[in-house]
Amino acid sequence: MTAPTLTATGAPAGHVDRPPEGARRTARPARAREALLGLLFTLPGLAGLGVFVVFPLFQAVYLSTRGNDILGNPTRSVGLRHFHELLTPAFGTVLWQTLVFTVLVVVPGVLLPLSLAAPMTQRLPGMRIFRTAFALPFAYSVSAASVVWLIMLNPGVSPVNWVLGLLGLPAPNWTTEPGWAMATVVGVTVWMVSGFNLLVLAAGLAGVDEEVLEAARIDGATGPRQFVSIVLPLISPSLFFAVVTTTLTALQALGQVQIMTDGGPNGHTRTLVYSIFDNAFHNNNSNFGLASAQGLVLLVVGVLIAVVQFGVLERRVHYR
Amino acid sequence: MNRPGPLPTVLTYLWLAVAAVVLLFPVLLTVLGGFLPSNALLHQPPQLLDGHWTLENYRAAWRQPVVPLAPAFVNSLFVGVSIMLAHLVTSCLAAYALVFLRSPLRRPIFWLFLATIMVPYESIVVPNALFVRSLGINDNRLSLVLPFLASGFGVFMLRQAFRQFPRELREAAVIDGCGHLRFLLTILLPATRPALIGIAVWSFLQGWNMYFWPLIISSSNNSLNTLQTAVFALKDNEGGSPAVLLAGITITLLPTLLLVVFGQRWLVRGFTAGAVK
Repeated sequence: MTAPTLTATGAPAGHVDRPPEGARRTARPARAREALLGLLFTLPGLAGLGVFVVFPLFQAVYLSTRGNDILGNPTRSVGLRHFHELLTPAFGTVLWQTLVFTVLVVVPGVLLPLSLAAPMTQRLPGMRIFRTAFALPFAYSVSAASVVWLIMLNPGVSPVNWVLGLLGLPAPNWTTEPGWAMATVVGVTVWMVSGFNLLVLAAGLAGVDEEVLEAARIDGATGPRQFVSIVLPLISPSLFFAVVTTTLTALQALGQVQIMTDGGPNGHTRTLVYSIFDNAFHNNNSNFGLASAQGLVLLVVGVLIAVVQFGVLERRVHYR
Repeated sequence: MNRPGPLPTVLTYLWLAVAAVVLLFPVLLTVLGGFLPSNALLHQPPQLLDGHWTLENYRAAWRQPVVPLAPAFVNSLFVGVSIMLAHLVTSCLAAYALVFLRSPLRRPIFWLFLATIMVPYESIVVPNALFVRSLGINDNRLSLVLPFLASGFGVFMLRQAFRQFPRELREAAVIDGCGHLRFLLTILLPATRPALIGIAVWSFLQGWNMYFWPLIISSSNNSLNTLQTAVFALKDNEGGSPAVLLAGITITLLPTLLLVVFGQRWLVRGFTAGAVK
Protein backbone atom coordinates (compact mmCIF):
# COMPACT_ATOMS: atom_id res chain seq x y z
CA MET A 1 0.00 0.00 0.00
CA THR A 2 1.07 3.55 -0.50
CA ALA A 3 1.71 5.79 2.37
CA PRO A 4 -0.51 8.03 4.43
CA THR A 5 -2.43 10.42 2.59
CA LEU A 6 -4.79 12.90 4.04
CA THR A 7 -1.81 15.20 4.48
CA ALA A 8 0.04 13.85 1.50
CA THR A 9 3.17 14.69 3.42
CA GLY A 10 3.76 11.10 4.35
CA ALA A 11 3.64 10.00 0.74
CA PRO A 12 7.00 9.29 -0.80
CA ALA A 13 7.49 12.68 -2.32
CA GLY A 14 9.81 11.58 -5.06
CA HIS A 15 7.33 9.07 -6.37
CA VAL A 16 5.04 11.54 -8.09
CA ASP A 17 7.62 13.71 -9.69
CA ARG A 18 9.97 11.00 -10.77
CA PRO A 19 9.92 11.06 -14.53
CA PRO A 20 9.59 7.69 -16.20
CA GLU A 21 12.70 6.18 -17.71
CA GLY A 22 13.57 7.76 -20.98
CA ALA A 23 11.62 10.91 -20.25
CA ARG A 24 14.78 12.95 -20.18
CA ARG A 25 15.30 12.08 -23.80
CA THR A 26 11.87 13.44 -24.70
CA ALA A 27 12.03 16.44 -26.96
CA ARG A 28 11.18 19.85 -25.60
CA PRO A 29 7.95 20.41 -27.59
CA ALA A 30 6.54 17.12 -26.36
CA ARG A 31 7.26 18.13 -22.80
CA ALA A 32 5.60 21.51 -23.31
CA ARG A 33 2.63 19.76 -24.84
CA GLU A 34 2.36 17.49 -21.83
CA ALA A 35 2.51 20.42 -19.43
CA LEU A 36 -0.16 22.23 -21.41
CA LEU A 37 -2.36 19.16 -21.47
CA GLY A 38 -1.88 18.80 -17.72
CA LEU A 39 -3.06 22.35 -17.21
CA LEU A 40 -6.00 21.77 -19.54
CA PHE A 41 -7.07 18.68 -17.62
CA THR A 42 -6.96 20.45 -14.27
CA LEU A 43 -8.77 23.49 -15.65
CA PRO A 44 -12.41 22.38 -15.11
CA GLY A 45 -11.70 21.51 -11.48
CA LEU A 46 -9.62 24.63 -10.91
CA ALA A 47 -12.28 26.82 -12.49
CA GLY A 48 -15.06 25.37 -10.32
CA LEU A 49 -13.08 25.64 -7.12
CA GLY A 50 -11.54 28.96 -8.08
CA VAL A 51 -14.85 30.67 -8.75
CA PHE A 52 -16.78 29.10 -5.87
CA VAL A 53 -14.19 28.50 -3.15
CA VAL A 54 -11.04 30.58 -3.61
CA PHE A 55 -12.54 33.79 -4.97
CA PRO A 56 -15.38 33.84 -2.39
CA LEU A 57 -12.75 33.72 0.36
CA PHE A 58 -11.41 37.07 -0.78
CA GLN A 59 -14.92 38.34 -1.24
CA ALA A 60 -15.76 37.27 2.32
CA VAL A 61 -12.84 39.38 3.56
CA TYR A 62 -14.13 42.34 1.53
CA LEU A 63 -17.72 41.89 2.68
CA SER A 64 -16.67 41.61 6.30
CA THR A 65 -15.50 45.22 6.21
CA ARG A 66 -18.63 46.57 4.57
CA GLY A 67 -21.98 47.65 5.85
CA ASN A 68 -25.04 46.81 3.84
CA ASP A 69 -28.32 48.37 2.83
CA ILE A 70 -31.69 46.90 3.59
CA LEU A 71 -31.45 44.49 0.64
CA GLY A 72 -28.06 43.27 1.74
CA ASN A 73 -26.05 45.01 -0.95
CA PRO A 74 -22.64 45.98 0.36
CA THR A 75 -22.21 49.69 1.03
CA ARG A 76 -19.48 51.84 2.52
CA SER A 77 -16.57 50.50 4.49
CA VAL A 78 -17.16 50.08 8.19
CA GLY A 79 -13.59 49.06 8.93
CA LEU A 80 -13.35 46.41 11.59
CA ARG A 81 -16.70 47.14 13.16
CA HIS A 82 -18.05 43.66 12.46
CA PHE A 83 -15.03 42.12 14.09
CA HIS A 84 -15.48 44.39 17.11
CA GLU A 85 -19.01 43.05 17.35
CA LEU A 86 -17.47 39.61 17.73
CA LEU A 87 -15.54 40.66 20.83
CA THR A 88 -18.64 40.43 22.98
CA PRO A 89 -19.62 37.90 25.66
CA ALA A 90 -22.55 36.87 23.45
CA PHE A 91 -20.25 35.75 20.65
CA GLY A 92 -17.95 34.16 23.20
CA THR A 93 -20.92 32.07 24.27
CA VAL A 94 -21.54 31.11 20.64
CA LEU A 95 -17.92 29.96 20.26
CA TRP A 96 -18.05 28.08 23.54
CA GLN A 97 -21.29 26.33 22.56
CA THR A 98 -19.77 25.42 19.20
CA LEU A 99 -16.82 23.86 20.98
CA VAL A 100 -19.05 22.00 23.47
CA PHE A 101 -21.27 20.75 20.66
CA THR A 102 -18.28 19.55 18.63
CA VAL A 103 -16.61 17.71 21.50
CA LEU A 104 -19.87 16.16 22.68
CA VAL A 105 -20.54 14.92 19.14
CA VAL A 106 -17.06 13.67 18.25
CA VAL A 107 -16.30 11.63 21.36
CA PRO A 108 -19.46 9.50 21.52
CA GLY A 109 -19.86 9.76 17.74
CA VAL A 110 -16.66 7.73 17.36
CA LEU A 111 -16.76 5.63 20.54
CA LEU A 112 -20.32 4.36 20.08
CA PRO A 113 -19.71 2.91 16.60
CA LEU A 114 -16.38 1.54 17.84
CA SER A 115 -18.16 -0.25 20.66
CA LEU A 116 -20.49 -1.78 18.06
CA ALA A 117 -17.88 -2.57 15.42
CA ALA A 118 -15.43 -4.21 17.84
CA PRO A 119 -17.65 -7.09 19.02
CA MET A 120 -18.84 -7.51 15.42
CA THR A 121 -15.38 -8.78 14.41
CA GLN A 122 -16.10 -12.06 16.20
CA ARG A 123 -16.96 -15.03 14.01
CA LEU A 124 -20.63 -15.18 14.83
CA PRO A 125 -23.65 -15.50 12.56
CA GLY A 126 -25.61 -12.33 11.78
CA MET A 127 -22.76 -9.84 12.11
CA ARG A 128 -23.08 -8.63 8.52
CA ILE A 129 -26.76 -7.94 9.05
CA PHE A 130 -25.94 -5.92 12.16
CA ARG A 131 -23.34 -3.94 10.23
CA THR A 132 -25.75 -3.05 7.45
CA ALA A 133 -28.47 -2.19 9.95
CA PHE A 134 -26.23 0.06 12.05
CA ALA A 135 -25.13 1.90 8.90
CA LEU A 136 -28.70 2.95 8.06
CA PRO A 137 -28.67 6.34 9.85
CA PHE A 138 -26.05 7.37 7.29
CA ALA A 139 -28.85 7.48 4.71
CA TYR A 140 -30.64 10.30 6.53
CA SER A 141 -30.25 13.88 5.47
CA VAL A 142 -30.03 16.34 8.30
CA SER A 143 -33.61 17.49 7.73
CA ALA A 144 -34.98 13.93 7.60
CA ALA A 145 -33.11 12.99 10.79
CA SER A 146 -34.18 16.15 12.60
CA VAL A 147 -37.85 15.78 11.74
CA VAL A 148 -37.93 12.06 12.57
CA TRP A 149 -36.32 12.76 15.92
CA LEU A 150 -38.77 15.60 16.59
CA ILE A 151 -41.50 12.99 16.14
CA MET A 152 -39.52 10.53 18.31
CA LEU A 153 -39.51 13.17 21.07
CA ASN A 154 -43.02 14.53 20.49
CA PRO A 155 -44.86 13.92 23.80
CA GLY A 156 -47.87 12.46 22.01
CA VAL A 157 -45.80 9.78 20.30
CA SER A 158 -42.49 9.58 22.08
CA PRO A 159 -41.27 6.04 22.65
CA VAL A 160 -38.37 7.67 24.51
CA ASN A 161 -40.74 9.32 26.99
CA TRP A 162 -42.63 6.03 27.26
CA VAL A 163 -39.47 4.20 28.34
CA LEU A 164 -38.66 6.98 30.81
CA GLY A 165 -42.18 6.64 32.17
CA LEU A 166 -41.70 2.90 32.66
CA LEU A 167 -38.59 3.71 34.67
CA GLY A 168 -40.54 6.24 36.69
CA LEU A 169 -38.56 9.16 35.33
CA PRO A 170 -40.08 12.47 34.21
CA ALA A 171 -39.68 13.31 30.52
CA PRO A 172 -38.00 16.65 29.87
CA ASN A 173 -39.08 19.12 27.22
CA TRP A 174 -36.34 17.93 24.92
CA THR A 175 -36.00 20.92 22.63
CA THR A 176 -37.29 23.78 24.77
CA GLU A 177 -35.58 23.31 28.13
CA PRO A 178 -32.28 25.19 28.32
CA GLY A 179 -30.48 22.26 29.93
CA TRP A 180 -31.79 19.69 27.47
CA ALA A 181 -31.88 21.40 24.08
CA MET A 182 -28.13 21.09 23.48
CA ALA A 183 -28.12 17.46 24.64
CA THR A 184 -30.96 16.70 22.23
CA VAL A 185 -29.26 18.29 19.22
CA VAL A 186 -26.01 16.54 20.16
CA GLY A 187 -27.78 13.20 20.48
CA VAL A 188 -29.38 13.45 17.05
CA THR A 189 -26.03 14.37 15.50
CA VAL A 190 -24.29 11.44 17.21
CA TRP A 191 -27.01 9.19 15.83
CA MET A 192 -26.49 10.60 12.34
CA VAL A 193 -22.69 10.21 12.28
CA SER A 194 -22.72 6.77 13.91
CA GLY A 195 -23.74 5.07 10.65
CA PHE A 196 -20.83 6.27 8.53
CA ASN A 197 -18.30 5.88 11.35
CA LEU A 198 -19.44 2.33 11.90
CA LEU A 199 -18.65 1.52 8.27
CA VAL A 200 -15.25 3.17 8.49
CA LEU A 201 -14.28 1.47 11.75
CA ALA A 202 -15.65 -1.92 10.74
CA ALA A 203 -13.56 -1.76 7.58
CA GLY A 204 -10.51 -0.84 9.66
CA LEU A 205 -11.12 -3.72 12.05
CA ALA A 206 -11.63 -6.16 9.18
CA GLY A 207 -8.15 -5.24 7.95
CA VAL A 208 -6.47 -6.28 11.20
CA ASP A 209 -4.22 -9.24 10.55
CA GLU A 210 -5.34 -12.33 12.45
CA GLU A 211 -1.76 -13.53 12.67
CA VAL A 212 -0.75 -10.44 14.58
CA LEU A 213 -3.57 -11.05 17.05
CA GLU A 214 -2.56 -14.70 17.38
CA ALA A 215 1.05 -13.69 18.05
CA ALA A 216 -0.16 -11.24 20.69
CA ARG A 217 -2.28 -13.96 22.27
CA ILE A 218 0.72 -16.27 22.52
CA ASP A 219 2.58 -13.43 24.21
CA GLY A 220 -0.22 -13.18 26.72
CA ALA A 221 -2.15 -10.18 25.41
CA THR A 222 -5.84 -11.09 25.36
CA GLY A 223 -9.21 -9.45 25.82
CA PRO A 224 -9.30 -5.74 26.65
CA ARG A 225 -5.52 -5.52 26.89
CA GLN A 226 -5.15 -6.90 23.38
CA PHE A 227 -7.78 -4.49 22.13
CA VAL A 228 -6.15 -1.41 23.63
CA SER A 229 -2.52 -2.15 22.94
CA ILE A 230 -2.73 -4.10 19.67
CA VAL A 231 -6.02 -3.51 17.87
CA LEU A 232 -6.45 0.22 18.52
CA PRO A 233 -2.99 1.14 17.17
CA LEU A 234 -3.62 -1.09 14.16
CA ILE A 235 -6.88 0.67 13.31
CA SER A 236 -5.59 4.14 14.23
CA PRO A 237 -5.80 5.33 10.59
CA SER A 238 -9.53 4.54 10.54
CA LEU A 239 -10.01 6.10 13.97
CA PHE A 240 -8.18 9.23 12.85
CA PHE A 241 -10.26 9.44 9.67
CA ALA A 242 -13.46 9.08 11.72
CA VAL A 243 -12.36 11.75 14.20
CA VAL A 244 -11.42 14.24 11.46
CA THR A 245 -14.59 13.80 9.39
CA THR A 246 -16.84 13.84 12.47
CA THR A 247 -15.19 17.02 13.72
CA LEU A 248 -15.88 18.71 10.39
CA THR A 249 -19.48 17.46 10.36
CA ALA A 250 -20.05 18.77 13.89
CA LEU A 251 -18.35 22.09 13.25
CA GLN A 252 -20.50 22.64 10.16
CA ALA A 253 -23.79 21.40 11.60
CA LEU A 254 -26.72 23.63 10.79
CA GLY A 255 -29.91 21.74 9.97
CA GLN A 256 -30.37 19.93 13.26
CA VAL A 257 -30.07 23.22 15.17
CA GLN A 258 -32.21 25.23 12.77
CA ILE A 259 -34.96 22.61 12.54
CA MET A 260 -35.06 21.27 16.09
CA THR A 261 -34.40 24.31 18.27
CA ASP A 262 -33.82 27.25 15.92
CA GLY A 263 -30.89 28.23 18.09
CA GLY A 264 -33.09 28.32 21.18
CA PRO A 265 -34.22 28.24 23.82
CA ASN A 266 -32.86 31.70 24.41
CA GLY A 267 -29.73 31.07 22.32
CA HIS A 268 -28.68 27.93 24.21
CA THR A 269 -28.04 25.95 21.02
CA ARG A 270 -26.63 28.82 18.98
CA THR A 271 -23.46 27.64 17.26
CA LEU A 272 -21.10 29.48 14.92
CA VAL A 273 -22.67 28.13 11.73
CA TYR A 274 -26.18 28.72 13.03
CA SER A 275 -25.11 32.27 13.80
CA ILE A 276 -23.86 32.77 10.23
CA PHE A 277 -27.14 31.44 8.88
CA ASP A 278 -29.13 33.57 11.30
CA ASN A 279 -27.34 36.83 10.51
CA ALA A 280 -27.32 36.33 6.76
CA PHE A 281 -30.44 34.46 5.77
CA HIS A 282 -32.87 33.96 8.65
CA ASN A 283 -36.00 36.16 8.51
CA ASN A 284 -34.35 38.17 5.75
CA ASN A 285 -31.86 39.56 8.27
CA SER A 286 -29.39 40.14 5.42
CA ASN A 287 -26.57 41.18 7.73
CA PHE A 288 -24.02 39.86 5.26
CA GLY A 289 -21.07 41.82 6.65
CA LEU A 290 -21.34 40.36 10.13
CA ALA A 291 -22.07 36.89 8.73
CA SER A 292 -18.95 37.12 6.54
CA ALA A 293 -16.84 38.10 9.52
CA GLN A 294 -18.18 35.09 11.40
CA GLY A 295 -17.48 32.95 8.36
CA LEU A 296 -13.84 34.00 8.55
CA VAL A 297 -13.81 33.06 12.24
CA LEU A 298 -15.17 29.65 11.24
CA LEU A 299 -12.41 29.29 8.67
CA VAL A 300 -9.76 30.09 11.29
CA VAL A 301 -11.32 27.72 13.81
CA GLY A 302 -11.48 24.97 11.20
CA VAL A 303 -7.86 25.44 10.15
CA LEU A 304 -6.70 25.56 13.78
CA ILE A 305 -8.50 22.33 14.57
CA ALA A 306 -7.04 20.70 11.46
CA VAL A 307 -3.54 21.86 12.37
CA VAL A 308 -3.92 20.38 15.84
CA GLN A 309 -5.41 17.14 14.54
CA PHE A 310 -2.85 16.63 11.82
CA GLY A 311 0.05 18.02 13.80
CA VAL A 312 -0.56 16.31 17.11
CA LEU A 313 -2.98 13.46 16.62
CA GLU A 314 -1.68 12.12 13.32
CA ARG A 315 1.79 11.63 14.77
CA ARG A 316 0.30 8.83 16.81
CA VAL A 317 -1.36 7.19 13.84
CA HIS A 318 0.37 4.08 12.56
CA TYR A 319 0.00 3.74 8.84
CA ARG A 320 0.96 0.48 7.28
CA MET B 1 -9.30 -18.31 15.56
CA ASN B 2 -11.54 -15.60 16.88
CA ARG B 3 -14.30 -17.91 18.12
CA PRO B 4 -15.70 -16.58 21.38
CA GLY B 5 -16.92 -18.68 24.26
CA PRO B 6 -20.58 -18.91 25.25
CA LEU B 7 -20.61 -16.01 27.71
CA PRO B 8 -18.95 -13.49 25.36
CA THR B 9 -21.31 -14.68 22.63
CA VAL B 10 -24.37 -13.97 24.74
CA LEU B 11 -23.01 -10.60 25.85
CA THR B 12 -22.19 -9.66 22.27
CA TYR B 13 -25.68 -10.44 21.01
CA LEU B 14 -27.22 -8.73 24.03
CA TRP B 15 -25.26 -5.51 23.49
CA LEU B 16 -25.83 -5.46 19.74
CA ALA B 17 -29.54 -6.19 20.17
CA VAL B 18 -30.01 -3.42 22.74
CA ALA B 19 -28.08 -0.97 20.56
CA ALA B 20 -30.10 -2.03 17.52
CA VAL B 21 -33.41 -1.38 19.28
CA VAL B 22 -32.29 2.07 20.39
CA LEU B 23 -30.50 3.15 17.20
CA LEU B 24 -32.86 1.61 14.69
CA PHE B 25 -36.18 2.50 16.24
CA PRO B 26 -36.19 5.86 14.41
CA VAL B 27 -35.60 4.00 11.13
CA LEU B 28 -38.42 1.59 11.89
CA LEU B 29 -40.65 4.49 12.87
CA THR B 30 -39.85 6.29 9.62
CA VAL B 31 -40.54 3.37 7.35
CA LEU B 32 -43.54 1.87 9.16
CA GLY B 33 -45.01 5.13 10.48
CA GLY B 34 -45.85 6.35 6.99
CA PHE B 35 -48.12 3.35 6.51
CA LEU B 36 -49.97 3.73 9.80
CA PRO B 37 -53.32 5.38 10.43
CA SER B 38 -52.79 8.52 12.52
CA ASN B 39 -54.46 7.13 15.61
CA ALA B 40 -52.01 4.21 15.73
CA LEU B 41 -49.05 6.54 15.32
CA LEU B 42 -50.28 9.20 17.73
CA HIS B 43 -50.06 6.85 20.64
CA GLN B 44 -47.34 6.57 23.25
CA PRO B 45 -45.50 4.42 22.29
CA PRO B 46 -46.59 4.34 18.62
CA GLN B 47 -48.33 1.11 17.65
CA LEU B 48 -46.01 0.19 14.80
CA LEU B 49 -47.57 -3.22 14.21
CA ASP B 50 -51.12 -2.02 14.25
CA GLY B 51 -52.10 -4.14 11.27
CA HIS B 52 -54.26 -1.47 9.61
CA TRP B 53 -51.81 -0.52 6.91
CA THR B 54 -52.77 2.38 4.69
CA LEU B 55 -51.34 4.31 1.76
CA GLU B 56 -53.37 7.36 2.68
CA ASN B 57 -50.36 9.21 4.18
CA TYR B 58 -48.37 8.76 0.99
CA ARG B 59 -51.26 10.10 -1.06
CA ALA B 60 -51.60 13.04 1.31
CA ALA B 61 -47.85 13.74 1.31
CA TRP B 62 -47.66 13.58 -2.47
CA ARG B 63 -50.74 15.73 -3.05
CA GLN B 64 -50.41 18.40 -0.36
CA PRO B 65 -50.20 21.85 -1.96
CA VAL B 66 -47.75 23.42 0.50
CA VAL B 67 -44.56 22.05 -1.05
CA PRO B 68 -45.32 19.84 -4.02
CA LEU B 69 -43.10 16.79 -3.72
CA ALA B 70 -42.99 15.81 -7.40
CA PRO B 71 -40.95 18.86 -8.51
CA ALA B 72 -38.89 18.60 -5.31
CA PHE B 73 -38.10 15.01 -6.22
CA VAL B 74 -37.01 16.08 -9.70
CA ASN B 75 -34.85 18.84 -8.20
CA SER B 76 -33.22 16.44 -5.75
CA LEU B 77 -32.52 13.97 -8.51
CA PHE B 78 -31.06 16.74 -10.64
CA VAL B 79 -28.85 17.91 -7.78
CA GLY B 80 -27.64 14.40 -6.89
CA VAL B 81 -26.98 13.26 -10.45
CA SER B 82 -25.42 16.45 -11.77
CA ILE B 83 -23.09 16.80 -8.80
CA MET B 84 -22.13 13.16 -9.14
CA LEU B 85 -21.37 13.44 -12.86
CA ALA B 86 -19.56 16.75 -12.49
CA HIS B 87 -17.40 15.44 -9.65
CA LEU B 88 -16.51 12.38 -11.70
CA VAL B 89 -15.52 14.37 -14.79
CA THR B 90 -13.62 17.16 -13.06
CA SER B 91 -11.92 14.84 -10.57
CA CYS B 92 -10.90 12.24 -13.16
CA LEU B 93 -9.31 14.82 -15.45
CA ALA B 94 -7.55 16.66 -12.65
CA ALA B 95 -6.34 13.51 -10.90
CA TYR B 96 -5.04 12.15 -14.20
CA ALA B 97 -3.07 15.32 -14.83
CA LEU B 98 -1.70 15.30 -11.29
CA VAL B 99 -0.50 11.72 -11.54
CA PHE B 100 0.50 11.18 -15.15
CA LEU B 101 1.20 14.55 -16.78
CA ARG B 102 4.43 16.26 -15.87
CA SER B 103 4.27 20.01 -15.59
CA PRO B 104 6.05 22.56 -13.43
CA LEU B 105 2.71 23.61 -11.92
CA ARG B 106 1.73 20.14 -10.82
CA ARG B 107 2.72 20.49 -7.17
CA PRO B 108 1.21 23.94 -6.55
CA ILE B 109 -2.00 22.85 -8.26
CA PHE B 110 -2.19 19.75 -6.10
CA TRP B 111 -1.74 21.82 -2.96
CA LEU B 112 -4.40 24.22 -4.16
CA PHE B 113 -6.87 21.36 -4.55
CA LEU B 114 -5.91 20.07 -1.13
CA ALA B 115 -6.28 23.51 0.44
CA THR B 116 -9.86 23.86 -0.79
CA ILE B 117 -10.81 20.81 1.29
CA MET B 118 -9.87 22.84 4.35
CA VAL B 119 -12.38 25.61 3.63
CA PRO B 120 -15.62 25.00 5.53
CA TYR B 121 -18.41 25.68 3.10
CA GLU B 122 -20.28 27.87 5.57
CA SER B 123 -17.47 30.41 5.66
CA ILE B 124 -18.01 31.25 1.99
CA VAL B 125 -21.74 30.66 1.73
CA VAL B 126 -22.56 34.38 1.96
CA PRO B 127 -20.43 35.54 -0.99
CA ASN B 128 -21.59 32.53 -2.99
CA ALA B 129 -25.24 33.29 -2.30
CA LEU B 130 -24.77 36.91 -3.35
CA PHE B 131 -22.87 35.84 -6.46
CA VAL B 132 -25.42 33.25 -7.59
CA ARG B 133 -28.26 35.70 -6.95
CA SER B 134 -26.46 38.27 -9.07
CA LEU B 135 -26.29 35.85 -11.99
CA GLY B 136 -30.02 36.19 -12.51
CA ILE B 137 -30.65 32.46 -12.70
CA ASN B 138 -32.96 32.38 -9.69
CA ASP B 139 -35.49 30.27 -11.54
CA ASN B 140 -32.95 27.82 -12.84
CA ARG B 141 -32.07 24.52 -11.19
CA LEU B 142 -28.45 25.25 -12.03
CA SER B 143 -28.34 27.66 -9.09
CA LEU B 144 -28.81 24.63 -6.82
CA VAL B 145 -25.60 22.96 -7.97
CA LEU B 146 -23.33 25.63 -9.44
CA PRO B 147 -20.97 26.00 -6.45
CA PHE B 148 -20.55 22.23 -6.06
CA LEU B 149 -19.46 21.00 -9.46
CA ALA B 150 -15.83 20.50 -8.51
CA SER B 151 -14.50 18.81 -5.41
CA GLY B 152 -11.02 18.93 -3.96
CA PHE B 153 -11.84 15.80 -2.01
CA GLY B 154 -12.81 13.93 -5.19
CA VAL B 155 -9.56 14.96 -6.88
CA PHE B 156 -7.61 13.83 -3.84
CA MET B 157 -9.32 10.43 -3.62
CA LEU B 158 -8.94 9.68 -7.31
CA ARG B 159 -5.32 10.76 -7.25
CA GLN B 160 -4.73 8.14 -4.58
CA ALA B 161 -6.45 5.52 -6.72
CA PHE B 162 -4.61 6.48 -9.92
CA ARG B 163 -1.24 6.40 -8.18
CA GLN B 164 -1.71 2.72 -7.49
CA PHE B 165 -1.94 1.99 -11.20
CA PRO B 166 1.34 0.36 -12.31
CA ARG B 167 3.44 2.93 -14.12
CA GLU B 168 5.00 0.31 -16.41
CA LEU B 169 1.57 -0.48 -17.86
CA ARG B 170 0.96 3.13 -18.61
CA GLU B 171 4.37 3.53 -20.26
CA ALA B 172 3.77 0.43 -22.32
CA ALA B 173 0.47 1.90 -23.48
CA VAL B 174 2.15 5.17 -24.44
CA ILE B 175 4.83 3.35 -26.38
CA ASP B 176 2.05 1.56 -28.23
CA GLY B 177 0.82 4.96 -29.32
CA CYS B 178 -2.08 5.22 -26.92
CA GLY B 179 -2.96 8.88 -26.34
CA HIS B 180 -3.72 10.32 -22.93
CA LEU B 181 -7.46 10.58 -23.31
CA ARG B 182 -7.75 7.08 -24.76
CA PHE B 183 -5.55 5.66 -22.03
CA LEU B 184 -7.67 7.40 -19.39
CA LEU B 185 -10.98 6.24 -20.82
CA THR B 186 -10.19 2.72 -21.97
CA ILE B 187 -7.55 1.50 -19.52
CA LEU B 188 -7.28 3.60 -16.39
CA LEU B 189 -10.95 4.19 -15.60
CA PRO B 190 -11.99 0.54 -15.94
CA ALA B 191 -9.02 -0.45 -13.79
CA THR B 192 -9.96 1.95 -10.99
CA ARG B 193 -13.69 1.29 -11.09
CA PRO B 194 -14.11 0.64 -7.32
CA ALA B 195 -12.73 4.08 -6.50
CA LEU B 196 -14.91 5.69 -9.17
CA ILE B 197 -18.04 4.02 -7.88
CA GLY B 198 -17.05 5.05 -4.36
CA ILE B 199 -16.75 8.71 -5.43
CA ALA B 200 -20.01 8.45 -7.37
CA VAL B 201 -21.96 7.05 -4.41
CA TRP B 202 -20.43 9.59 -2.05
CA SER B 203 -21.12 12.55 -4.39
CA PHE B 204 -24.69 11.50 -5.04
CA LEU B 205 -25.36 11.16 -1.31
CA GLN B 206 -23.77 14.57 -0.72
CA GLY B 207 -25.92 16.21 -3.37
CA TRP B 208 -29.15 14.44 -2.55
CA ASN B 209 -28.83 15.14 1.19
CA MET B 210 -27.60 18.73 0.88
CA TYR B 211 -29.61 21.10 3.05
CA PHE B 212 -28.08 24.53 3.78
CA TRP B 213 -27.60 25.70 0.20
CA PRO B 214 -31.00 24.57 -1.16
CA LEU B 215 -32.57 26.22 1.90
CA ILE B 216 -31.05 29.55 0.84
CA ILE B 217 -31.88 29.13 -2.83
CA SER B 218 -35.45 27.94 -2.29
CA SER B 219 -36.19 30.70 0.21
CA SER B 220 -36.50 33.11 -2.70
CA ASN B 221 -38.06 30.62 -5.09
CA ASN B 222 -40.47 27.95 -4.00
CA SER B 223 -40.11 25.91 -7.17
CA LEU B 224 -36.49 25.17 -6.29
CA ASN B 225 -37.28 23.21 -3.15
CA THR B 226 -35.48 19.91 -2.95
CA LEU B 227 -36.90 17.01 -0.97
CA GLN B 228 -34.72 17.99 1.98
CA THR B 229 -36.02 21.54 2.19
CA ALA B 230 -39.52 20.26 1.44
CA VAL B 231 -39.36 18.04 4.54
CA PHE B 232 -38.57 21.10 6.64
CA ALA B 233 -41.31 23.17 5.00
CA LEU B 234 -43.80 20.34 5.55
CA LYS B 235 -42.87 20.11 9.21
CA ASP B 236 -43.37 23.84 9.64
CA ASN B 237 -46.80 23.63 8.07
CA GLU B 238 -49.37 23.26 10.85
CA GLY B 239 -51.42 20.72 8.94
CA GLY B 240 -48.54 18.30 8.58
CA SER B 241 -49.47 15.23 10.62
CA PRO B 242 -46.58 13.04 11.80
CA ALA B 243 -47.80 10.14 9.65
CA VAL B 244 -47.80 12.31 6.51
CA LEU B 245 -44.38 13.70 7.43
CA LEU B 246 -42.99 10.19 7.85
CA ALA B 247 -44.43 9.16 4.49
CA GLY B 248 -42.73 12.18 2.90
CA ILE B 249 -39.45 11.39 4.62
CA THR B 250 -39.58 7.80 3.45
CA ILE B 251 -39.83 9.10 -0.12
CA THR B 252 -36.72 11.24 0.41
CA LEU B 253 -34.92 8.23 1.90
CA LEU B 254 -35.65 5.75 -0.88
CA PRO B 255 -32.49 6.17 -2.95
CA THR B 256 -30.18 6.80 -0.01
CA LEU B 257 -31.33 3.78 1.98
CA LEU B 258 -30.79 1.61 -1.10
CA LEU B 259 -27.33 3.11 -1.59
CA VAL B 260 -26.34 2.55 2.02
CA VAL B 261 -27.54 -1.05 1.94
CA PHE B 262 -26.22 -2.02 -1.49
CA GLY B 263 -23.51 0.57 -2.11
CA GLN B 264 -21.74 0.48 1.24
CA ARG B 265 -18.97 -1.84 0.15
CA TRP B 266 -18.08 0.60 -2.66
CA LEU B 267 -18.15 3.51 -0.26
CA VAL B 268 -15.98 1.73 2.25
CA ARG B 269 -13.57 0.43 -0.35
CA GLY B 270 -13.26 3.84 -1.99
CA PHE B 271 -12.62 5.56 1.30
CA THR B 272 -10.36 3.01 2.87
CA ALA B 273 -8.24 2.71 -0.25
CA GLY B 274 -7.72 6.44 -0.47
CA ALA B 275 -7.77 7.99 2.93
CA VAL B 276 -7.00 5.36 5.49
CA LYS B 277 -4.26 3.10 4.26
